[in-house]
Amino acid sequence: MTQRITSGSFLASYGVVLALAGVILFGWLRYDNFLGLFNVMSVLRYNSMFALVSLGMCFVIMTGGIDLSVGATAALASVVAAQFSHYGAVAGLTAGVLAGFGVGLVNGLIIIRLQIMPFITTLATMLAAGGLALLLSGNQTIPVSYQTGFTWLGQGNLWGLPVPALIAALAYVAGSVVLNLTSGGRTVLAVGDNEDAARLMGLPADRVLFAVYLACGGLAGLAGVVLAAQFGAGQPIEGKGWELFAIAAVVVGGTLLTGGAGSVLATLAGVLLMGVLFTILNFENGKGWISLSAYWQSVIRGLFLLAVVVLQARLADPARRPSGAAGG
Amino acid sequence: MSDGGLIVSLGRHGPLLALLALIVLNILITPNFLTLQTLNVNLTQVCTIVIVAVGMTLVIATGGIDLSVGSLMAIAGALAPMIFLGTLFTIGPVWLAVTVAILVALGATALLGAFNGWLIARFNIQPIVATLVLFIAGRGIAQVMTNGNLQVFKVPEFQFIGLGRMFGIPVQAILMLIFVVVAAWALRRTVFGRQVLAIGGNDRAAVLAGVPVARVKIAVYAISGFLAGIAGLIVVAINSASDANLVGLGIELDAIAAVAVGGTLLTGGRATVWGTLVGAFTIQIVRYTLLANGVPDAAAMVVKAAIIVAAVWLQQRGKRA
Amino acid sequence: MAAPPLLTMTGMTKCFGGTVALDGASLQVGMGEVHALVGQNGAGKSTMIKILTGYHRKDQGEVLFAGAPFEVASPGAAQHAGISTIYQEINLVPKQSVTENICLGREMRRFGLLDWRAMHDEARRLLSRFNLAIDVRSPLGQFSTATQQMIAIARAIGFSARLVIMDEPTSSLDDREAGVLFDVVRQLRAEGLSVIFVSHKLDELYAICDRVTIMRDGRTVHSAAMSEIGKLDLISTMLGREIARTTGHATAFAAPPAAAAGPALFTAEGLSDGRHVRDVSFALRKGEITGFAGLLGAGRTETARLLFGASRPLAGRMMLDGRAFAPRQPADAIAAGIGFCTEDRKIEGIVPEMTVAENMMLALMPKLARAGIVDETRQKDIVAGFIKSLGIKCSGPDQKIRELSGGNQQKVLLGRWLALSPRLLILDEPTRGIDVGAKAEIQKLVARLAAEGLTVLMISSELEEVIEGAARVFVLREGLSVADLSRSDITEPNVLQAMAHGTGQAAHV
Repeated sequence: MTQRITSGSFLASYGVVLALAGVILFGWLRYDNFLGLFNVMSVLRYNSMFALVSLGMCFVIMTGGIDLSVGATAALASVVAAQFSHYGAVAGLTAGVLAGFGVGLVNGLIIIRLQIMPFITTLATMLAAGGLALLLSGNQTIPVSYQTGFTWLGQGNLWGLPVPALIAALAYVAGSVVLNLTSGGRTVLAVGDNEDAARLMGLPADRVLFAVYLACGGLAGLAGVVLAAQFGAGQPIEGKGWELFAIAAVVVGGTLLTGGAGSVLATLAGVLLMGVLFTILNFENGKGWISLSAYWQSVIRGLFLLAVVVLQARLADPARRPSGAAGG
Repeated sequence: MSDGGLIVSLGRHGPLLALLALIVLNILITPNFLTLQTLNVNLTQVCTIVIVAVGMTLVIATGGIDLSVGSLMAIAGALAPMIFLGTLFTIGPVWLAVTVAILVALGATALLGAFNGWLIARFNIQPIVATLVLFIAGRGIAQVMTNGNLQVFKVPEFQFIGLGRMFGIPVQAILMLIFVVVAAWALRRTVFGRQVLAIGGNDRAAVLAGVPVARVKIAVYAISGFLAGIAGLIVVAINSASDANLVGLGIELDAIAAVAVGGTLLTGGRATVWGTLVGAFTIQIVRYTLLANGVPDAAAMVVKAAIIVAAVWLQQRGKRA
Repeated sequence: MAAPPLLTMTGMTKCFGGTVALDGASLQVGMGEVHALVGQNGAGKSTMIKILTGYHRKDQGEVLFAGAPFEVASPGAAQHAGISTIYQEINLVPKQSVTENICLGREMRRFGLLDWRAMHDEARRLLSRFNLAIDVRSPLGQFSTATQQMIAIARAIGFSARLVIMDEPTSSLDDREAGVLFDVVRQLRAEGLSVIFVSHKLDELYAICDRVTIMRDGRTVHSAAMSEIGKLDLISTMLGREIARTTGHATAFAAPPAAAAGPALFTAEGLSDGRHVRDVSFALRKGEITGFAGLLGAGRTETARLLFGASRPLAGRMMLDGRAFAPRQPADAIAAGIGFCTEDRKIEGIVPEMTVAENMMLALMPKLARAGIVDETRQKDIVAGFIKSLGIKCSGPDQKIRELSGGNQQKVLLGRWLALSPRLLILDEPTRGIDVGAKAEIQKLVARLAAEGLTVLMISSELEEVIEGAARVFVLREGLSVADLSRSDITEPNVLQAMAHGTGQAAHV
């Protein structure tokens, strides 16, 4: 409705949905209980955290930047949320999200005020947030309170669906509306497309960039809250590799790392695709025909990413040039 | 204006000045700082980072990045013991087994590095994504090879590269110096080095000027892989054990930080290998300063982060002037 | 004039560090007026404009716009105040839709969310004024540069601009498209908008502008109605000196030698690259300057790229020295003695972080090296030689190339190719974006090199350059070679006729 879609981008964005459908079909045919209630709920519940983080990453990448600190932010937020969970579910939730906003705020200030590349900035905040998480938790996991209903945020159900999945779904709906129906969302794309031009067009580039990093931090904070609520403890060393999962999901969904184009819904499909694949690997192990240790999963995920990326490269405009290493 | 001039100088010579300041600070406040033992401890930790960072400097100079170095370290660290311990096949004399092990391990990581370069040059895939593949899959490969098990060994012929000394200096420090000197010289004085910088500066102009861009890119990533392999061998040699889950974990960030703090432009086109050396040492000394003075490691991480930001900011101010 | 002026700038002063960019300059633009702003590079035109667009803040001076003092801190504020700027490079966002490029910044909303239908309608309405009926939902980048220029103007109008500043707007347009632009400018004038028109192309200024302000060294040296000042006077006021010119010559090319009928060094037949080049045939004779004329999009640069191995042909044959020639990459062409000085310095020419010397020696370097090591001494001599013979103004061979002016950067790039002692040199728009003085120098240089035996293929959109400089001209139109003109046949009417109406298969080699 808002853009004419070229054939290349169609395949890139909607190919992931087709792939997701294909993979689900494969699973349904091959394994018992693949589409059973328990399995579906587990997959949705577990992947909600990654979905939240990937949504934030999608917006950041659309501006042509990157945020490597999301994993560490989630860990920090999980610790803070766990500590505050003893004062109530709302307290835990708010504290965790605020912690995330805090990291996002620092990112925004450094990137925009000090004008340091997003890659190196978020690399530094990743280190700092991780360190802070360890400091606040005294290097141990922090159990959450089971008395205040905090765990409902991670382990509960609402209207038959896992609460975390609903939270993520809400976030994605909001994200899609923002991207397609607000000027801020369109400015995000404009800034990623050509930041200098966007400024010359009079668009509030700095405000939008700041908001994007703030939101990414906040979403990572929310993911941390879900993490603590789901597993019953704030975990300072969790979150490693989350940022790369998010980047992979965003890329698989067809969003360009160079910025200026992307789709929130395709990112969601990318998250689900990676999540379902993971589940299939577990099922395959269970079948006993092949015995894939957990280590094989990284290999397979890596190969999968390779296939997707090469395919995208073939489909993309052949005259396009890589612009620089770190997407920032 | 004198203020502006000061900041500009700080930007250009910042890393070195910071390092010197830190050393002075430590001499003053840290007990036993000027001992050989302290030097040893720091040297050991920093050598592997520098070796990997040298490769990273070249890659970043072409405008790229290599996230796979940690995983490649794990692969080299897993592969070599498997060969000289005879797990895969037996080779008679120990020195032959060790030689073959080293050659195979380094060949493997160099080849995987070349694969990274090929993806980037042939398909125009962004370096961060291309090397992400091996970042994810590479460690998995090492883990699959060893089934996540620890390989423990005591093979002095091999462990020489980590534990041995020549003229009283640890072997890995000598290796580190050799690589730094060779890379710095190559970047400045060879055709290859010039081509690397041209590609990072303006790759379209480089192509039109006849620079063999694809070949050079594949070469720098292969070099990065090779150096990562060496670092991996050193690490397992020092530890007398190889744990595929841990070798090289997080080193890509240390290497990138060293490169950035040292003054190389992260967008490519301008690089300094000596700067990377100084950058790595600076970060290491900060960590040591904090540790030796009772600051928890977690807080050191925060400080390290602040240093990275401050260093890059100073450099950018220096560049803009 | 009865109505008060729309814009008055007086006593404008601006310094950057130690450099004085503006020294008490002034400018006055009336309502409904198209005002030319001319001056050499560095005269202060861009600084004046950047102050109006909110990029810079003045140090001293007074700016009155629509009767009120004017001071803005950002391009957005300038836009909202009624001053819009159309830049040389299209400063819009190509991946986003045309509608967004027009409406972003003053969006239409319904219940707080964007009203796409209203925005699409608004975009269509604005574009219809230029008789443009395109699909506004398509990405901007899909359209030609000329169309994008129109869209930029539509954006300006949509923002209720009262003053539109156009900075070299026709540099990427061919004559036909420039004509459409001029019609638009006349429309704007008729509606009471004013335009400040910055351009090096004097013919355009005389065609469209009412008044002219000439700047030099940061000051305003003259301001008059266009009709009151002749071209020669305008140029000499701009340069601050008398220029001696041979009558009848617009460029520094003297008449080419009578009969340079040497053997063909290079021939191409039926070249096609599947996109911009459809069926091109031409020949280059030794020691001759051959020109490629044609409108934008005719395929001249793309043909040159095929010659140089920067892209691969889908069909056709090329012969160099009578032997089949099929370069797979630029390095092959370079090895065969061909050089290619590209159109766009910034994107395809200079390596900004490198020095003058490193840039100049980039292509020659492997040949000068011993065992892979750069031979610095020989390089130093060669570079010093070119700095002198090309008249490159720089503080030395170790100065960073990005600090040089456009004209001097171009000379460094020329040096890069000349250093290879090529047999064939392709020059793509060698004098584009360069001020009058440097332009003449480069033209004289090219003529001298050809006289010394270098074969030159010159692509130029400036007709005078091609007509006066080339001994043989091939005209391209929409990917086909449509005319092969030599000697006395090379006249402006003939070339224009072929550019506009030529049909294929007229060329023979």
